[in-house]
Amino acid sequence: MKKGEKRNEMTLRFVSRSANEAFARTAAAAFIAQMDPTVEQIYDIKTAVSEAVTNAIVHGYRDTLGTVTMTVRLYEPGLAEIVIRDKGCGIEDVHKAREPMFTTGGAERSGMGFTIMESFMDGLTVRSRPGKGTTVILRKLLDVKKQA
Amino acid sequence: MQLQYELREGQLTARVFGELGHPEAIELMARLGRMIEDHLPARMALDFSGLEFMDSSGIAVVLQTARKCAACGCRFWVEGAPAQAKKVLAAAGIHRLTEIR
Ligand SMILES: Nc1ncnc2c1ncn2[C@@H]1O[C@H](COP(=O)(O)OP(=O)(O)O)[C@@H](O)[C@H]1O
Ligand SMILES: [Mg+2]
Repeated sequence: MKKGEKRNEMTLRFVSRSANEAFARTAAAAFIAQMDPTVEQIYDIKTAVSEAVTNAIVHGYRDTLGTVTMTVRLYEPGLAEIVIRDKGCGIEDVHKAREPMFTTGGAERSGMGFTIMESFMDGLTVRSRPGKGTTVILRKLLDVKKQA
Repeated sequence: MQLQYELREGQLTARVFGELGHPEAIELMARLGRMIEDHLPARMALDFSGLEFMDSSGIAVVLQTARKCAACGCRFWVEGAPAQAKKVLAAAGIHRLTEIR
C-alpha cells in the first residue's frame, strides 16, 4: 500500500480496563475525522479498532492488567494506519487465530474478530510472540472517490 | 448499553440501546438468558434498532441467544439492525444461521 507524506500522528497509552475499549475506538475515529472520511469508513475503522483493542484487553491481558498502546498515523493523500500493541500473553499460532470462529474465549466470544478486521480494513498485519505480546496493524484507504 | 423488554402474546421483544462491545455483551447475554428461562416465550425478537455501535461481541450475543431459544423451542430473530451492525452480522455470515429482519 503506497504511503504519501505523513500528515499527522498520535499515540494513546491506557490500562487494559474494559471501559477503555469504547474510549479507544471513539478516540481513533475522532482523530481520523480530519481526513474527511465517509461515515461508512469511520464506522469500519471504529469497528476494527474495537476488535483489536478488545483482544488486547480480553485475551492479551486475560488474568492481569497491563498497558495497551495505540498509534494512529495519517498519510497523504488518504491512508490511515492504526497500530495496537500489548505486552500480554501473545498468540501461539497466528494463522490459526485468524481463522473464522476460532476462539479461546468460550461462549462469551464469537471468534470473528480477525475476520471482521480483515473484511473492514484494506490491510491487516498481526505480529505476535508467546510471552512477549501482540502487535496488530490496521490500514484503511480513505482517498477512494466518494459518491456524489 | 440499555435494555428494554416487552412480553406480549407469547412474544418476548428485547430492545437494545447504545453501544454493544465486550463488557456490554457479557451483561446482555446474562440478562437475556435469564429472561428466556423466566418467561419461556414462544417467539423472541432481538431488536437492534437502538444500537449506535456493535462489534463482534454482539455476534456472540446473537449466537448465544439463538442457542438458548432453540433449546426451548422458541423461534428467534434479529430485527431493526442499523447499517453498521448489519455489516458486522453479514461479515460473520450470521444471516445463514439466524433470521435477520
Ligand atoms: N492480543 C491478543 N493476545 C493474545 N491472544 C489473542 C490476541 N488477539 C487475539 N488472540 C487470540 O486469537 C483468538 C481469535 O481472536 P478473534 O478473532 O478476535 O476472536 P475472539 O476475540 O472472539 O476470540 C482469540 O480467541 C485469542 O486466542
Ligand atoms: Mg476478538
